[in-house]
Amino acid sequence: MSLTGRLSTAIGLFLVAVGLIGWTLMAFLHPGTDGGYTNYTVGHAAGAPVSVELQSVGSIGTGYGDHPTWVSYLQKDPATGKWIHDTSMILPANTVVHMTILNYDSGSPLRNQEWGQVQGTIGNTATLNGKSFKVYNSYTGNGVGHTFAVPSLDVSVPMIGVNGNLTNICGQAPCGSLPHNTITFSFKTGAPGSYNWQCFVPCGLGYLYGNGGGMSTFNYMGGFLKVVA
Amino acid sequence: MTNQSTNSTGQVHHLRRMTIIWVVLSVVGDVLFSIFVAPHVPPGRLSETAANNQNTFNVLMEMAIPVLLGVWVYLSYSLIVWGDKRNASAAFSGAAARTNKTAQVSWIVITSVTILFLAAYGSFAVITEHGSGGGEGPNPAWAPAGALKAETAALVGKATWSPGSKNVLPVQVIGQQWKFTYRYPTFGGFESPQLIVPADTTIAFNVTSLDVIHSFWAYQLDVKADANPGVNDVAFTETKNPGNFIVRCSELCGIWHGSMYNSGKVESQADFENWATTTEAANAANTALLPAFAWTYTPDANGADGGYYNDTNDPYSTVETYGSKQPS
Repeated sequence: MSLTGRLSTAIGLFLVAVGLIGWTLMAFLHPGTDGGYTNYTVGHAAGAPVSVELQSVGSIGTGYGDHPTWVSYLQKDPATGKWIHDTSMILPANTVVHMTILNYDSGSPLRNQEWGQVQGTIGNTATLNGKSFKVYNSYTGNGVGHTFAVPSLDVSVPMIGVNGNLTNICGQAPCGSLPHNTITFSFKTGAPGSYNWQCFVPCGLGYLYGNGGGMSTFNYMGGFLKVVA
Repeated sequence: MTNQSTNSTGQVHHLRRMTIIWVVLSVVGDVLFSIFVAPHVPPGRLSETAANNQNTFNVLMEMAIPVLLGVWVYLSYSLIVWGDKRNASAAFSGAAARTNKTAQVSWIVITSVTILFLAAYGSFAVITEHGSGGGEGPNPAWAPAGALKAETAALVGKATWSPGSKNVLPVQVIGQQWKFTYRYPTFGGFESPQLIVPADTTIAFNVTSLDVIHSFWAYQLDVKADANPGVNDVAFTETKNPGNFIVRCSELCGIWHGSMYNSGKVESQADFENWATTTEAANAANTALLPAFAWTYTPDANGADGGYYNDTNDPYSTVETYGSKQPS
């Protein structure tokens, strides 16, 4: 083989190897669905509060991607009213956000009861099915299924579990009128920036320490709050 | 050329000339470093540990600068004076340099003394700074006075601290995916996502984890200790003046590792006491539900349960309280 031929072969093999390595890395770096941002600033009047509605489900079902058994949050699109698999949102700065979260999942004692305390919300309170609470003893009742927490804002609210022994517990999102708990609270967004939010309950069942699967994949049990001026 | 740099036969005294150049440059380099760089070297001076480590780094740099300049001066001098185009037969070039006992002995003695001094200096700093802010494991080899007493008292809820008491303050650092939380056994064992410590106080950080390996890094305090599940890793520091510091996890621990940080504060002793007693009262309802204060808490791999509590209530068991009526 001529020198030119050998060189071409070597360069070709090199490019194929680089391509394979890059493709493999990208597959690892993007294991989940690319989550979009739901924009709450469109048509928002300055100073007015924003309302966000989420639901947390024990298994997302077949309608939202490749992991039907994974635990996940869903977000209600304010424009269409449909439940979408995007966990990130664009919010106006220094604005009160009224959160409503429908938890359809069962619960358990918390690994750390610290997350049973409502923190960082307005008044450090939340409501469970209309009743105000500040601390939830995860060792009682149905325990805590998930939390909604924004660590950089010190916001943390427990999502109280539903009865895990029910036969009609939701296993296919969106869950509609199936048994759930409604948790509401409000917090202020603060300065512009990007804040991650996450669940602090190791709810990725079947994975070591419960923090794999949906807990370790973007757009399932966490996301970002992009706060803009 | 001055008389100082030539011998009696008028030959240039290269070694003396190089030495003079080296000494002048080294003094200038060290002085410039001391004035313009040394005060700004991280991690700053928020704690005694940080200040001493900054001093140690600066001492090392001020010793390294002459070594670096020594190499550069010799190399530059050789290139300029003994280059092939100039005078390849000079006394310090080629074979003459390889057989020069003075040069060889000087090199071995100077480097040996330097290295031994740095080893002794570093060891002294680690011992006198009680581990120099690093995690020493559950049985610290170098604990400050009063630490053992305070730690023992913390376990039985009898640790005390008040402004001016000079007592060591134990603080527990709990790593979990993906946030550090902090327990204060001296104030009823409350737990908080905020890390606030008093000024002019020796702090005993007791670092552990509820899941995977994390690493507690309070940057401006110059404290860094691995957080291992089932292990109490103790690190000491002595705070100085009030100020802010950043806490980061420095062990890759999962998807939100990059977000596992928070701000901490060193406050005046009176302000700290006020914060601690206020938070103790505000968190009392939740503190009552926390497990008794211990150095470690043993999680298991059983999904959302985790054994932070006694593992008698398995959420997936048929014989426990799940499914009971929700509190009204």
